[in-house]
Amino acid sequence: MGEMRFTDTHVEVDGCRTHLRRGGSGEPLLFLHGASGAPVVMPFMEKLAQRFDVLVPEHPGYGLSDEPEWLENIHDVAYFYLGFLKKLDLKNTLVVGSSMGGWIAMEMAVRDTSRIKSLVLVSPAGIAAPGVRPADIFLMPPEEVVKNLFFDQKLAQARLAEPVTPEAIDIALKNRHTTARLAWEPRLHDPFLPKWLHRIDVPVKIIWGREDRIIPVGFVKEYQRLLPKAQVHILENTGHLPHAEKADEFVELVCR
Amino acid sequence: MQIVLFHLMPYAEVDIAAARAHGTVWGLPNKHYDASVAHRLYNRFLDELEYGEELGFDAISVNEHHQTAYGLMPSPIVTASALARRTKKVKICILGSALPLRSHPMMVAEEHAMIDVISGGRLISGFVRGIGAEYHTFGVNPTFSHDRFHEAHDLIVRAWTEKGPFAFEGHHYRVSYVNLWPQPLQKPHPPIWIPSQGSKETIDWAAHPDRRYTYLQTFSPTKVVARYLKMYRDTCTGFGYTAKDSQLGWSVPVYVGTDDESARREAKTHFENFRNVFVRMPLEMLLPPGYTSRESLKNVMKAKAQMFGDVTIDQAIELGLFVCGSPATVLKSFQSHWNEMRFGNLLVLCQFGTLPADLTRKNMELFAREVMPALKKLS
Repeated sequence: MGEMRFTDTHVEVDGCRTHLRRGGSGEPLLFLHGASGAPVVMPFMEKLAQRFDVLVPEHPGYGLSDEPEWLENIHDVAYFYLGFLKKLDLKNTLVVGSSMGGWIAMEMAVRDTSRIKSLVLVSPAGIAAPGVRPADIFLMPPEEVVKNLFFDQKLAQARLAEPVTPEAIDIALKNRHTTARLAWEPRLHDPFLPKWLHRIDVPVKIIWGREDRIIPVGFVKEYQRLLPKAQVHILENTGHLPHAEKADEFVELVCR
Repeated sequence: MQIVLFHLMPYAEVDIAAARAHGTVWGLPNKHYDASVAHRLYNRFLDELEYGEELGFDAISVNEHHQTAYGLMPSPIVTASALARRTKKVKICILGSALPLRSHPMMVAEEHAMIDVISGGRLISGFVRGIGAEYHTFGVNPTFSHDRFHEAHDLIVRAWTEKGPFAFEGHHYRVSYVNLWPQPLQKPHPPIWIPSQGSKETIDWAAHPDRRYTYLQTFSPTKVVARYLKMYRDTCTGFGYTAKDSQLGWSVPVYVGTDDESARREAKTHFENFRNVFVRMPLEMLLPPGYTSRESLKNVMKAKAQMFGDVTIDQAIELGLFVCGSPATVLKSFQSHWNEMRFGNLLVLCQFGTLPADLTRKNMELFAREVMPALKKLS
């Protein structure tokens, strides 16, 4: 497997200059990142790029993308990405969303699936479920968040050992701000989303880590109720980021 | 100078060891709360504020905090109402109502107007955004805090001053019929004071010629108080007018004893409990995203060790976080700060942390009799 090259570009949608990494070829695959952003090309992206035209934008308000004035709630992000698919004329797109990105993917799909082939929801935020609650990421110090992202603490330690540049601090604060703006209250969900999930008329896969300490695997039951046709895959010894922690298994599930 | 007796009404009998173990009294589980203790404390504290009128304070003040032993006044309206009927001449300050936490600011307009009317026009209205922790407990989105504050303020002032009914179409608040019964007694409306820990955005807004609201710097080292009060004056100058001293205030805990040594001895444990247990909270709780600008947040992160570590009474006195000593020492300290800063309002917190009733009264009496008369003459 040769290393796939990702290009670094910007695309403007709805007045928002959006940072986009793109690599590989094949059918389009849109990866929607979670609350901590997508600051680097990760191994799973390179693996997916063997099979797909992989697009990894940074959401409005995250990373190197603009913070548009109109950004007030998750619906704004969903409409933005529907515009993004249109602007880049992407068709038959496989939309893969992790955590907050999974939430965005669902909000897009209840509105319009005309450019979406299927969804892969990776430990998605977006709904509430009886008896389970997500961790309070806004009360956790940033180091705690990182520790709670991973089952394998060696990975957490490696991430924490990465050098912290002033730019990285700025981006972390920016990401945290936008996450709060979109998900502070109702916390990490849209109470009106469940009643429209039945509108999703494309295949849905749900991938979850058994040891997820951010959004517990207990949410799966509620998704199975709301999206009865969805395929569910639970990975053992895996935390909140299966794509980072179990890249091979993850890519195999996405491609399957 | 106008002297205000300020009270936080803490749950002063909190289990200090439990609070220490929890790391903060903000969000301390309420198994540590006992209603019979609270009954005794509320009545003691209300008595202390009423005694403030007898001792000759110009104003007495309450404030708002939620789900914490730091202050047992989730509604300052309740305490201010009680005081409105039990006092006759003293002004009553609500410093302040946390506007963004309210789902309907009309209620704030109505409640404050009621107190102003009942008290015969003795209300001073304070508006605040609430402390960071309250965005966690209330669930209000902190990234909209400034917007909600400004919009709620606009609605309240219009409701107080305009003839209704009129429609208010805001982004966060929409009311088809604003038609206040009662409007306040004071015209055009009660004075508005803005307590702050120091922020350029707040100063720019409060100092604006349309508002000219009294800016209060709370619980800060004197260097910081001086910096922000100067910034306020400079901002007014920038707007083309000269700030009156009455537009500036400083809020600080005070303890007056018979001499310097006994004052420090009597206050030590209680002040250190206040500073190191009641005030303390983790950074994530204090400054949720959007509550301050990201630049301010970064500055706090840099100063974290200093801000979040323990402070001894001696360090606090040195920094000016606490004014403590004999009547002569306390008077001298305030006179010298006044000469430098010319604040027209001084808010003294005479009960802090675990300070018991007898020491609180002694403090209030010594301050009122031996320090306050000279301070009132400063102008």
